[in-house]
Amino acid sequence: MTDNKFKNSIVPPLQENNEDGSLMSAIPHSRELGMRLVSRADDEAVLMIPYDPRLIGNPETGIMHGGAITALLDTCCGTAVMMSRKKPSSTATLDLRINYMKPATPEKSVYAHAHCYRATRSVGFVRAIAYHEDRDDPIATASAAFILNFKGDSA
Amino acid sequence: MSMDTPTSQTLDDAFAALTEKIPYISFLGVTFQRRGDEVSALLTYTPDLIGNPILPALHGGATGAFLEITAITSLTWVAALERIHSEPKWDGTFAPQPKTVDFSIDYLRSGKPQDAYARAIILRRGRRVANVRVEAWQDERSKPFIAAHGHFLLS
Repeated sequence: MTDNKFKNSIVPPLQENNEDGSLMSAIPHSRELGMRLVSRADDEAVLMIPYDPRLIGNPETGIMHGGAITALLDTCCGTAVMMSRKKPSSTATLDLRINYMKPATPEKSVYAHAHCYRATRSVGFVRAIAYHEDRDDPIATASAAFILNFKGDSA
Repeated sequence: MSMDTPTSQTLDDAFAALTEKIPYISFLGVTFQRRGDEVSALLTYTPDLIGNPILPALHGGATGAFLEITAITSLTWVAALERIHSEPKWDGTFAPQPKTVDFSIDYLRSGKPQDAYARAIILRRGRRVANVRVEAWQDERSKPFIAAHGHFLLS
């Protein structure tokens, strides 16, 4: 993989470093989906959901439901916001838009890579891609805004 | 009742066939009721739906997926009714599942740890594309905690 390959990608490449995923076990619904934290860096996160027959959306094809990918992208974008250099103490999704390019392939894990490309005092802006192996062949892309909370903020 | 009018048993069976065989819908704990040609959706609360244990609040991915499922089921039900009513002897088959092209979610309030309800409005159902708006609420119908609009490919 060359840098050139990612020149036009909406998020920069990130090396996988196989985190233990304990961050996800603190979020009950993410844990229930089998979500794992693959890697994280400043402003970025990579998460994945292993293929699971419970998440099938079409019993005839065995394809994972788009809703599971929505949850993956939301969590991944939120994690990238928490990794932003502004270091918020917590965050909440304001809006999340997902474009679906193709169905997920049955039996394959789905990855998501999110990049918080801008954070102001109150809002983090994020882009993300969901994919199997190749980020240039996305299942879905997402664009989201998150509200940032800091310790000592009034509610 | 004329010979051509589908019995309520036929409609119940068709509705059950559409909504009860999708693993992810059961995984999330979503159930539906038919209200004429409209669909009323219920997300039954369980602790597995939590995304923020401190507040606590429902996971944005779970509630976003709830809306997406409600939109798709509303579309499939309207299409199923058309088939049931137009064919003198309906063969029990359905049109293919609509495919999400894009889905744009507004998070209005945090979802409380309790049941949620959703209703979709089909703004337009063309030959190839449908535009759907969907909202979910908890205590008050007039105070939705999440809303979305999406485009779906029908064929």
